[in-house]
Amino acid sequence: MTEMVFGTVPVRAGEPVLPRWWRTIDRWSLAGVLVLFGVGLLLGLAASVPLAEKNGLPPFHYVTRQAFFGGVGMVVMLVISMMSPDMVRRMGVIGFLGAFAALALLPVFGTDFGKGAVRWYSLGFASFQPSEFLKPCFVIICAWLMAAAQEINGPPGRLYSFFLAVTVVLFLAFQPDFGQASLILFAWGVMYFVAGAPITLLTVIGGIVVAGGIAAYDASEHFARRIDGFLASEVDPRTQIGYATDAIQSGGFFGVGVGEGTVKWSLPDAHTDFIIAVAAEEYGLILVLFIIALYALVTGRSLLRLMKERDPFTRLAGTGLACAFGVQALINMGVAVRLLPAKGMTLPFVSYGGSSVIASGIALGMLLALTRSRPQGRLHDILIKRGR
Amino acid sequence: MTRIPLRPLARILSARAKGENPDVIERENIRQRHEEMRDRSRAMAEGRLLLLCGAFLAVFGVVAAQMGFLAASEPAEPVSAQSGSAIVAQRADIVDREGRILATNLVTHSLYAQPPQMVDPVGSAEKLAAIFPDLDAERLKKDFTGKRKFLWVKKKISPEQMQLVHEIGDPGLLFGPREMRLYPNGAIASHVLGGASFGREGVRSAEVVGTAGVEKTFDTWLRDPANGGAPLQLSLDLTVQSTVEDVLYGGMKLMNAKAASAILMDVHTGEVVAMASLPDFDPNTRPAPLLKGNPGDSPLFNRAVQGVYELGSTFKVFAVAQALELGLVNPDTLVDTQSPMVWGKYRIRDFHNYGKQLTVSDVIVKSSNIGTAHIALMLGGERQQQFLKSLGLFDPTAVELAEAPTGRPLLPKRWSEISTMTISYGHGLSASPLHLAAAYATIANGGTRITPTLLKTDRRQEGERVISEGTSREILDMMRAVVSRGTASFGEVQGYSVGGKTGTADKAKPTGGYYKDKVIATFASVFPTTAPKYVLIVSLDEPVETSGDEPRRTAGWTAVPVGAEIIRRAAPLLGLRPELEQLSQAEVIRVRN
Repeated sequence: MTEMVFGTVPVRAGEPVLPRWWRTIDRWSLAGVLVLFGVGLLLGLAASVPLAEKNGLPPFHYVTRQAFFGGVGMVVMLVISMMSPDMVRRMGVIGFLGAFAALALLPVFGTDFGKGAVRWYSLGFASFQPSEFLKPCFVIICAWLMAAAQEINGPPGRLYSFFLAVTVVLFLAFQPDFGQASLILFAWGVMYFVAGAPITLLTVIGGIVVAGGIAAYDASEHFARRIDGFLASEVDPRTQIGYATDAIQSGGFFGVGVGEGTVKWSLPDAHTDFIIAVAAEEYGLILVLFIIALYALVTGRSLLRLMKERDPFTRLAGTGLACAFGVQALINMGVAVRLLPAKGMTLPFVSYGGSSVIASGIALGMLLALTRSRPQGRLHDILIKRGR
Repeated sequence: MTRIPLRPLARILSARAKGENPDVIERENIRQRHEEMRDRSRAMAEGRLLLLCGAFLAVFGVVAAQMGFLAASEPAEPVSAQSGSAIVAQRADIVDREGRILATNLVTHSLYAQPPQMVDPVGSAEKLAAIFPDLDAERLKKDFTGKRKFLWVKKKISPEQMQLVHEIGDPGLLFGPREMRLYPNGAIASHVLGGASFGREGVRSAEVVGTAGVEKTFDTWLRDPANGGAPLQLSLDLTVQSTVEDVLYGGMKLMNAKAASAILMDVHTGEVVAMASLPDFDPNTRPAPLLKGNPGDSPLFNRAVQGVYELGSTFKVFAVAQALELGLVNPDTLVDTQSPMVWGKYRIRDFHNYGKQLTVSDVIVKSSNIGTAHIALMLGGERQQQFLKSLGLFDPTAVELAEAPTGRPLLPKRWSEISTMTISYGHGLSASPLHLAAAYATIANGGTRITPTLLKTDRRQEGERVISEGTSREILDMMRAVVSRGTASFGEVQGYSVGGKTGTADKAKPTGGYYKDKVIATFASVFPTTAPKYVLIVSLDEPVETSGDEPRRTAGWTAVPVGAEIIRRAAPLLGLRPELEQLSQAEVIRVRN
């Protein structure tokens, strides 16, 4: 395995851990994540009050809970971001085994909290969703497999990773949790794309998807009606989407005022899936654009930094993590603005959810660890090439 | 196991020939190829990552643009921040014929509670119960500490009460503005006005809907913003109404009656100038309807419109008028009054025995049942029914009160000859005092049909002709004689030439038959008879006049003095000038000194 991480470990004799971390970390992305978490707490002050009131708890019960779990998540993120890519890979693989076991045992020990899908373990004081933790670990193990495939005489890692992806997706689809399944599939696809998927294959897959969609639209009336319903400009104001749209519209550019919003009282998922609607109503377009900019900043900067990365594993793993993060945010906000059909997907770091924020902390910690600037052997390359 | 060829074969073979270790060469080769491959894949990945990054930024941009587009557009659906459609609160005033306010609106407040916001639910409940004695402290405590999120405490509170509630200082006690219906004159004209209560209620406003009387009849009109705030003008005259109610109340007490009603109507326009029914109520605090007992005993019951009674001898005028109109008799025709009159198994008696014969005029003046029954036999049932129907005595009055349709006259099931005879003197047919007023107005105004109305109008009614003007005049003279020398002698009011007819009807028992000592005494009067202008009906329920040796119940002793007092006081208010007969005495006598 030594070859795989050749030249990636920065060695500066005698440099302490923390200064080195501070020198090499992507400080903009780190700041972005921390600000996102802060915004999440701010919105939680408004959005989680109705839920607390409904459950007969003090109004800011869920805010303090989120602050606690978020604090844990932030610490986890910082600790993981100090690890070396090797360490991240090892932890990721071990974590994957654990998370996958937890996922597989869900039908036995899990609970559905009356929501119809068995996705959680109830720990009494908190609940725990294995698929949230499985996601970053899956990205790591797939990146490892794909990177190994790039070795000469290496194993057929891409095929293995494909089978792994299909297995995980099937498990998730059985819960059912199509949102997480599609995220897993998307992360695998992006990594495969960056790992060098043949253009012909991509073209063929794209063609099949388009043709299949058209065929399904023509053949299945049910499918067609759903698509038409989504594409229709009119929206029933009593649906979740209707409330969210109404909230965004009444918020306007500067919002109706802090705490003045009404959508949080009407929407049961205002503190999780539709928190962006609360933000739009109370703080207006300003805050929404700021949140979008933060997600774009973290995703974009990570991808740009990974362009310089020489190590295939680091590059692939980083790509998968950054894209999963960005896409999750995109899907959540796309639903709120009616660009996508309704899908339960949290907004990372902003939505309420203890296990969600810790899992996001793990994923972003790994991403930050992988995007740290390292000597990329540029001088070495130049010398070798000149020598050739 | 697939065999991997040694590469580069040429160098390895030559190295082997030189005895060097070919593995080093192969490893070096592998390392070089690996480097190249990594460079290639990195170059490709670099491009693809840039593509990905661009795609992400583009999609983030699309989401942001859509957000901006939505934020810039106005909410098409009603904004959820507003609570439903606004309730139109402004209700038009009701005024009398001179424009004086009978009903108007007052901005007040309702008190409601949001227990989750309350600081001290138990203490607040106790303080509220102290401010509003009708509230139950225990009940409030239960409500405030229970699961309720919202409850109305009081629908209407005064500014003083609001201040006291403010002083409790509990943030969970809140006020909503209310437009409240106010009847500034209290109980005056209560039965005409009816009442109003809250319909749909929101926190910010509540709908006021009419529940009875003209408030209910004209509810839509009063609430219609298209009227531009124009008030509803009634035909009532507030001062006359007040006078009538005052005098009627005094008369009711004096005559020991349990209830009374009075109607003052313009004989030409059909306008009801005053209408009273006692006992009455205050429409500001409208009492609840009776749950048991006779609803006719409730103060809410409008005796003048809803109550139908056998009105006794006041009906004799109709029989005589028809007989005159048909030319069967003239005022001086002698009619058999031999008492008792026996008809099959029935015996008809008069209050006094009037001898063998009376003129038609005296039948009215002395109020002979037997004489009227003989006249009715001349008419026959068929013609009698037609005539009474043309006077409007067969159908509910069309007056603009929500309760009017319930005042449906009671007619005999079979109109036999004995019915014809009894109805001619007012037994066997029940009608409301308002029916009587309209019928008398019809006879007094020269003979055209009058429909009663509560709305002010300046036009004389051009109803169908029921009797000729000549008959009308003859009847008026008879009615004048009833007052000047007949049963209603206490009805004389100097200068106003009052005419009328008394009626004393035994009250029917609910079990059948008639009470011996319970009557309804009615005085139907017209004034002035020289040029009729108003009809006044006064009806007392179970009056007893006890100043004499024995209790007197006849209308002449009970209803007539009350009616006369009403005329004495109301006529000047109505703008009528007394016609003093002995003008010569008032002449200035010039004396020589």
